[in-house]
Amino acid sequence: MTTIDIDHTSRWFGNVVAVNDITMRVGPGVTGLLGPNGAGKSTLINMMGGFLAPSTGTVTLDGKPIWRNESVYKEIGIVPEREAMYDFLTGREFVVANAELHGLTAGAAQQALATVEMEYAQDRKIATYSKGMRQRVKMASALVHNPSVLLLDEPFNGMDPRQRMQLMELLRRMGAEGRTVLFSSHILEEVEQLASHIEVIVAGRHAASGDFRKIRRLMTDRPHRYLVRSSDDRALAAALIADPSTAGIEVDLAEGALRIQAVDFGRFTALLPQVARAHGIRLLTVSPSDESLESVFSYLVAA
Amino acid sequence: MIYEPTVARLTYRALLGRRRAAILFVLPALLIAISAAVRLLTGADDQIASDVLGGFAIATMVPLIGVIAGTGAIGPEIDDGSIVYLLAKPVKRSTIIFTKLIVAIAVTMAFSAIPTFVAGLILNGNGGQIAIAYTVAALVASVAYSAIFLLLGTVSRHAVVFGLVYALVWETLFGSLVPGARTLSVQQWALSLAERIGENGTITSDVALPTATILLALVTVAATWYAGQKLRTLKLAGEE
Repeated sequence: MTTIDIDHTSRWFGNVVAVNDITMRVGPGVTGLLGPNGAGKSTLINMMGGFLAPSTGTVTLDGKPIWRNESVYKEIGIVPEREAMYDFLTGREFVVANAELHGLTAGAAQQALATVEMEYAQDRKIATYSKGMRQRVKMASALVHNPSVLLLDEPFNGMDPRQRMQLMELLRRMGAEGRTVLFSSHILEEVEQLASHIEVIVAGRHAASGDFRKIRRLMTDRPHRYLVRSSDDRALAAALIADPSTAGIEVDLAEGALRIQAVDFGRFTALLPQVARAHGIRLLTVSPSDESLESVFSYLVAA
Repeated sequence: MIYEPTVARLTYRALLGRRRAAILFVLPALLIAISAAVRLLTGADDQIASDVLGGFAIATMVPLIGVIAGTGAIGPEIDDGSIVYLLAKPVKRSTIIFTKLIVAIAVTMAFSAIPTFVAGLILNGNGGQIAIAYTVAALVASVAYSAIFLLLGTVSRHAVVFGLVYALVWETLFGSLVPGARTLSVQQWALSLAERIGENGTITSDVALPTATILLALVTVAATWYAGQKLRTLKLAGEE
């Protein structure tokens, strides 16, 4: 049982407060750290990973401070967000080097490569890998010493759906084995598919904590805004407004798009493709408005 | 201080595998080409041999190779963030720095001292012990330059630029104009050793040997220690 405790921790960079008096405990199982970009998720993960000192407060692993304590890495595995790796190595060479740095042999590396299903490409240079392959090799390097804590910063960024499923399955398994798995994401759907427990960070503050149903309710009980482009915007608007899941539609002539306010998120997302199909309308763009994501979170903070 | 073979292997491959490594081959090749040309044009002459080795090998080539090897042993990893894979291990930060220093020294020595010796043989067949003297100077300077530029690579993202400014402006230009600057010059420290080895007074240094030895040791140890400290509190760039 390994637990990371964050106790009244703040971190600022000059005048900018990145993490503001956060207290949370991350225990065994999969925890999702959710928040918009720039909310302080990476800063928090970096403090949990020992790459950043808290300005105030403490971050401990089973009671031992993490900052300036290299011995914690026997228990922690880290999957950084950044792409950079030792690109001139092959996947196998990279994971073997990581194993050796833990005092382990190539056997441990081979096992980790098998766990992430990268054996087929292990002898290719990392420079030739796709984003998803890199992510998996990073995973292997973090798993090589069988850590009880796994920290992943935006692990699903840039992965295709199949790779995403594979990684989710792997993380779920890790959590079920009793490991403490924490990953960050700015996408609610990602977090709720995987995490049994969610911590929400907004603007450096701890905005909410709990299981996904609670967070989901907080997040969905509010209007969502979408930007939609289609082959016939007006016909689509007319068909959509008839349904109670839609609260308002604006025809944005300058943008050549519809701005739709949906009140029932689940129902609207199911309805939109059905309506389009029934009326023979092609959907060209469906995207949540940028400010919509931000407003989800600001709504949460207000809640 | 422990030498960590895996860190060393990664560092060697990073250093010698990058495009920048081409300079490591170009400069020595240039030195040997110049030496061969000088020998053909003027014949063997102790003073000319000393001028070529002192003016090009020690004053220009050794510091430049030191910049490439010293900053290259750690700078790129810090720049792109891949150093996390070393830092997130139960390995002492001082071990990482010490190992990288050893690698930087080995590379600098290999690419500066060996060509210096070969060039010395070409120039005058080690007459007046000149080849040996400058080779020793190159070896000694390799140690100090590696430590200084490794530290620079740890503290600054623009390590190569600062390194070049130090190597070219301070050591070469400033040192030749302002006498005081020469006392604080790795080149002069190394030359004070060469001065003892070379015969007939062809090699001169502005710094006395005891002072030079103390300063060399001091700079090397202090730079290495401080680099280890910086690495312990390294903030990875490019975070939120």
